[in-house]
Amino acid sequence: MNIARKSVIAVSALAAAVLVACAVSPPASEAELEQKAIVMMKQDFAKLGPQWVARLDQDEVQALCTRSRDAVTPEVGKEIQTRQLATIVYPASGKLMGDWKKGEAIAQLGRGLQFSDPPGSPAGGNCYACHQLSSSEIAYGTIGPSLLHYGKLRGNSDYIQRYTYGKIYNAEAYAACSSMPRFGHNKILTQEQIADVTALLLDPASPVNK
Amino acid sequence: MPGKLMRLVLLAACALAATAVAQAPGNDDEIARNRQALQEDNPAELWEARGEALWSAKRGPKQASLAQCDLGLGPGVVKGAYVQLPRYFSDTGKVQDLESRLVTCMVTLQGMAREEVVKNPFGSPEHQSDMEALATYIAGRSRGMRMNVVLARPEEQEAYRLGEKIFYYRAGPYDFGCVTCHGADNKRIRLQALPDLTQAKGAQSAYTGWPAYRIGAGEVRTMQQRLADCFRQQRFPDVAYASDTVTALTLFLAKNANGGTMNAPGVKL
Repeated sequence: MNIARKSVIAVSALAAAVLVACAVSPPASEAELEQKAIVMMKQDFAKLGPQWVARLDQDEVQALCTRSRDAVTPEVGKEIQTRQLATIVYPASGKLMGDWKKGEAIAQLGRGLQFSDPPGSPAGGNCYACHQLSSSEIAYGTIGPSLLHYGKLRGNSDYIQRYTYGKIYNAEAYAACSSMPRFGHNKILTQEQIADVTALLLDPASPVNK
Repeated sequence: MPGKLMRLVLLAACALAATAVAQAPGNDDEIARNRQALQEDNPAELWEARGEALWSAKRGPKQASLAQCDLGLGPGVVKGAYVQLPRYFSDTGKVQDLESRLVTCMVTLQGMAREEVVKNPFGSPEHQSDMEALATYIAGRSRGMRMNVVLARPEEQEAYRLGEKIFYYRAGPYDFGCVTCHGADNKRIRLQALPDLTQAKGAQSAYTGWPAYRIGAGEVRTMQQRLADCFRQQRFPDVAYASDTVTALTLFLAKNANGGTMNAPGVKL
């Protein structure tokens, strides 16, 4: 057999191998699968129109936390927190503690930003869904830590006020890939409402601290 | 039946009262006992009976029944079909869950228009849902059988992985993914216990209870409705009924629930 003939056979064998490989396509890579899932979701969530589909577009935090299943490396976590911390807007008045009674109503209200909610109706903070707050409300969730006696244990120094307001405004600034919504950053609550919830947590007269 | 319904209403009231007066928050044993009592008088029987009648009724432009509908075990085989769904179907070239498969059968066998079938799939006082009745009947014919979803084909393996991607996908104004509420054990929203759907135990207890009669709604709800309502609370847009997204997520949950004993139709507050 001459060399040319051998080459033809080798090339044919290679072509056959390629064809077999194409017929049984290998499993999609993680990145390909992610793209496929996003395309699929955008199709299947299209009913209400493009402004709703846009909700599926992830920002940096959502993408990093999704890909790592909420377990980013400490370095990435630190970068997320630094960048998110810079987004926090504090009230121009400098007053970080509002009215705890309004804060309690906000903490109780679960409505807001669902397609079933009346358009324009105010959103709540739904704090009780995940946290224990006052001892009188027994129907509280446990996804987040108990905040009973939050202010009683910490006081309400300027530092604690700033941390508490900031945590509600953008939880990712303090704990990357937190389960807690970014209430200020994502415009769920106004600055004034966040100050009211801050008061619920820190005011000595609040039921949280009784 | 009125006697049974009266008992049910009383039991429901007791269950709610027990929840309200529980001194220890989330008195889960008490709630579980009341759930058990409710299970014995489950109005979902009515949906099962109606679904059985719908299965064999000649309906649609073709005046055909669903008796030749293939739910994965061959034409017309209902018993045991639900515990091996979702799965791949060669005639559609798609992985399908029970409800998307029913849509296919209604379209191909009975000649109904797909848009009509999927338009209003969830029941209300003004509107009886055929899909909820059919799904209840079919799921009920797998009662006592073990979940047995097999990812035999590459299409099924890929759908499972897509479902997993959707489960962990965090987005929207609240940054929520399914995983936010269902990725850890022993968590609650208010007093509602949240199953960890990434583990067999949580996935089994959650998956095998649907479809379920929901006392608050007065309707039987299916997995399609359950997942659509999760997405709503996740602040995602309204998801299309019987869509690939719901099927993929359902496959992820069903596979994780393998080995669990089907207990549907259940009854839930």
